[in-house]
Amino acid sequence: MSVLVYIEHAEGSVKKTSLEAVSYGKALSEKLSAGEVIAVALGRLDSGELANVGQAGADKVIHVDDEKLNAGVIQAHAEAVAKVYQQSGSSTLVLAKSSMGDAVAARLAVKLGAALVSNVVDLPDTSNGYKVKRSIYTGKAFAETSVNKEHKILAVKKNAVDLKMNGSAAPVEKVDLDIAPANFVTEITSTDKATGEVLLPEADIVVSGGRGMKGPENWNLIEDLAKELGAGTGCSKPVSDIGWRPHHEHVGQTGVKVAPSLYVAVGISGAIQHLAGVNSSKCIVVINKDAEAPFFKAADYGIVGDAFEVLPKLTEAVKALK
Amino acid sequence: MKILVCITHVPDTTSKIQFTDNNTKFDKNGVQFIIGPYDDYALARAVELKEQLGATLTVINVGEAETEPTLRKALAIGADDAIRVNAFPSDSLFVAKQIAAIAKENNYDLIMMGRESIDFNGGMVHGMVGEMLGIPSVSPVMKLEIEGDTVKMAREIEGGKEHLEAKLPLVAGCQEPIAEWKIPNMRGIMSARTKPLQVVDPAGEEIATEVTTYQLPPAKGTVKLVDKDNVEELVKLLKNEAKVL
Ligand SMILES: Cc1cc2nc3c(=O)[nH]c(=O)nc-3n(C[C@H](O)[C@H](O)[C@H](O)COP(=O)(O)OP(=O)(O)OC[C@H]3O[C@@H](n4cnc5c(N)ncnc54)[C@H](O)[C@@H]3O)c2cc1C
Repeated sequence: MSVLVYIEHAEGSVKKTSLEAVSYGKALSEKLSAGEVIAVALGRLDSGELANVGQAGADKVIHVDDEKLNAGVIQAHAEAVAKVYQQSGSSTLVLAKSSMGDAVAARLAVKLGAALVSNVVDLPDTSNGYKVKRSIYTGKAFAETSVNKEHKILAVKKNAVDLKMNGSAAPVEKVDLDIAPANFVTEITSTDKATGEVLLPEADIVVSGGRGMKGPENWNLIEDLAKELGAGTGCSKPVSDIGWRPHHEHVGQTGVKVAPSLYVAVGISGAIQHLAGVNSSKCIVVINKDAEAPFFKAADYGIVGDAFEVLPKLTEAVKALK
Repeated sequence: MKILVCITHVPDTTSKIQFTDNNTKFDKNGVQFIIGPYDDYALARAVELKEQLGATLTVINVGEAETEPTLRKALAIGADDAIRVNAFPSDSLFVAKQIAAIAKENNYDLIMMGRESIDFNGGMVHGMVGEMLGIPSVSPVMKLEIEGDTVKMAREIEGGKEHLEAKLPLVAGCQEPIAEWKIPNMRGIMSARTKPLQVVDPAGEEIATEVTTYQLPPAKGTVKLVDKDNVEELVKLLKNEAKVL
């Protein structure tokens, strides 16, 4: 028996959310005596980087070092992970909830005849059956969910588990798989990706601007603060709708759901649909010139003031801290 | 060209989420139900494709009789006919099985739906349907054009987007800005009343997961306000009290 963890990587490093999934897999294995924790990585990646996955709790890493799997072709990834799952005799698959993770997990549930629970926020409770707690209604509630199948897939919500990097380097085993060409029928023709910036879903701190920022020409104020904090930048829906900011920065019910340690909202009113995307943040700071803005009710700290005055001062104050 | 759009029937985004019966049931009291916002994007794009390509457009929902007004709204927006699989949508695998069963009978070229529902946020049904039918599934799709039998798409990835192509048939989980939400007009609402809405029985009843109890998150404490002329204080609090810097 073993627990298999599907690892995602970007630009040569394993994603933090995947390391969290490994830590979750390790804790699950310890709690339920579920055997070895095996991580599986697909596509080209440095073995040293992969050995690091051991620090998050993997006993072993299986690396399908096939260039064709570099691109995130959903069907091919699902097929590869299914093969590794079956070969390793696993009973549980753990992965991080993400756009790729969701897509792969869904196909795997059908391939493996497994029960799938998404947005998992805690370890399973096996005192009476097998129950897992998951986040629902976009963070507004939780559901204790009983799982009625032998094979289980758990998609873990980001920042829901503590990442523990206290293990040691894991052995990396290269495996060749024969993936039928029929799994490569979607062709990725090009990718536009902002490089060098902190990715929003992974960011530990996020600074977001709303319509109160008045226009895209003022975003340097948001970016300056974000840079000082090592933060990712986000925005409200109208801001991306008008095209002040790119769509992948849109936070909320219909956009990216973030769960950082610190979320700083500037000139955002705090509509319920925006809050739905940020309610899993550990600490929320709101800067708004209107003391009645609903966002203050969801905030830990607030400043009632004009963003154009407060932001430069705040950036300076953060700088002074260093 | 035949398009199927899958519609969820979910609480309006401003609803207060509460539970009854010892936290075992969602409290529908005072809650207004809508077409899932992501499904609404898929539907809007499907209506555009229908007009552009002369396609037929069917909408489907797995749900009990109460979801019919939501399906009628989809008909008012521009779908030609609707199918309701008469069953409680207990989990994503169950729902996917129902959709796949209908799709196998009717050979749709394109199956569209939202990237996720806004009640359970699983984001799984499109992938499951794709796997059950043995066809590609792509999500979250933010642009979708059809040229002959080729689908050209843009998919959102962390920090950017990816452009990709595949042949029909295909399943797409959609999100904005694939199209703008459409509001039904008077003529649409009138014609929706007489468009066909077929009710069918579910295929199989195996349930892989089941919610036993619901829970609300702990209430948030009150906000601590810092004077706008003393931002250094905020930085101190974030460092020493909240310990997030
Ligand atoms: C189905 C549905 C889904 C939605 N999904 C989302 C979503 O995912 N994400 C999202 O964000 N929205 C979403 N919305 C929209 C949402 O309802 C709000 O309209 C939106 O969040 C408002 O954006 P905003 O706060 O930037 O703008 P506004 O509501 O216009 O607020 C601007 C704020 O800036 C403040 N302000 C103005 N000038 C200054 C200044 N100089 N200094 C400081 N503060 C200033 C104002 O006091 C105000 O509070 C959705 C809506 C619907 C119906």
